Amino acid sequence: MGIISRAFQGRPRDHDENLPPGQYLVHDFPVLSAGPTPRVPLDRWEFSIDTAEGEVHRWSWQEFQALPQETPTVDLHCVTKWSKFGTGWKGVSLDVLMEDVESAAEYALAYSYGGYTTNLPLEDLLDGKAWIVHEYDGEELAPAHGGPARLLVPHLYLWKSAKWIKGIRLLNEDWPGFWETAGYHNYGDPWREQRYQGD
Amino acid sequence: MIRRLAWRVATLTEIRQETPTARTLVFDVPGWPGHLPGQHVDVKLTAGDGYSAQRSYSVANGDDGERVELTVQLVGDGEVSPYLTEVLEVGDQIELRGPVGGWFVWRPHSSPPVLLIGGGSGIVPLMAMIRSRGKSDTPFRLLYSLRDPGQLFYARELEKVTAGIEVAYLYTRTAPPDAGRAAGRIRAADLVAYGWPPDTAPDVFVCGPTGFVEATADLLIELGHDPAKIKTERFGPTGG
Repeated sequence: MGIISRAFQGRPRDHDENLPPGQYLVHDFPVLSAGPTPRVPLDRWEFSIDTAEGEVHRWSWQEFQALPQETPTVDLHCVTKWSKFGTGWKGVSLDVLMEDVESAAEYALAYSYGGYTTNLPLEDLLDGKAWIVHEYDGEELAPAHGGPARLLVPHLYLWKSAKWIKGIRLLNEDWPGFWETAGYHNYGDPWREQRYQGD
Repeated sequence: MIRRLAWRVATLTEIRQETPTARTLVFDVPGWPGHLPGQHVDVKLTAGDGYSAQRSYSVANGDDGERVELTVQLVGDGEVSPYLTEVLEVGDQIELRGPVGGWFVWRPHSSPPVLLIGGGSGIVPLMAMIRSRGKSDTPFRLLYSLRDPGQLFYARELEKVTAGIEVAYLYTRTAPPDAGRAAGRIRAADLVAYGWPPDTAPDVFVCGPTGFVEATADLLIELGHDPAKIKTERFGPTGG
């Protein structure tokens, strides 16, 4: 425990075991992005998975929509301290997208329309832990929140859930992404409060 | 192994009231490693029972030894900002760590013209850039969108800015009689009149509430600015 701030009381304690350390609960849905919001027309949208071995798997919007859909309800944790509980999404599990992908890669780099990138171990995308989502709260996903489609990896800080996702590159070596090269933690586990490099 | 950003004890040495609901807090932070204009810090307050709350704030001053200035706007239902704007007194201590963020920063050696566009308290990191410009010959233009003249931060300092920095005030609700522009939200015409033309390829920094940043970035792109040259920092409606 650090120094005590004189006369600071804070909000009534929630004692919420679903709230990671250093986070507070919000009920709206703040927007954080590093640049302008890209606009991606659906007839030009595509999503790819490129393997380290040079194979490319590609889906058009229609093909992506035809895949089995899931509706995960998850808690979100943003590195800027807010958390939001019980958010409802619709999209395709990465397990479905990776079904026919063969690769020995251990790392993944998600890349987006607009140039954003973020890296994570491949295993963090598998076994029901990650989705490409295109609906939020029953509505099509708004551009400011990453529409037409974004990655959703709720067990890591939200910057890992790349908005405006364009593809995932599988890599044999870890390749730090946008925030990971700008001082943020390489992995970003909210429960271990891995906000910044060295945390 | 990269060293963890340590929590440091910050002692409040000075308060400057900017508006009735915002004030600048000047801290002395022994061991502060320095910062770039545009970076932010995490502030941690701890209550007597060990409960603590953290929030992020942009640094308002240029790199200045162990001195760190934050300008904090009161958020009505906030948890941390009411304490920082109404309770904290000179001599009190809080904890902070940083600097954080290597993207929304202006590096004084970069040469293109700089276009700063701030909405409300989004002026804070842009002010750190203005204060860091020093004797650099990089020309700056600031478009400062604010509700009415009573919301103006850094009034006296902005009045006195030196050659090489041009400031335009865009009042959204109530404009003073001599404003020369009807009150209203930022428009393409404002960016044409007070900004840099796209062919000068300025470095653009936009900071403010989400709606303001979204609208401004869209206008800039419609005018022909390169999206890759536009850096943004958004505040959600939720704040400290």
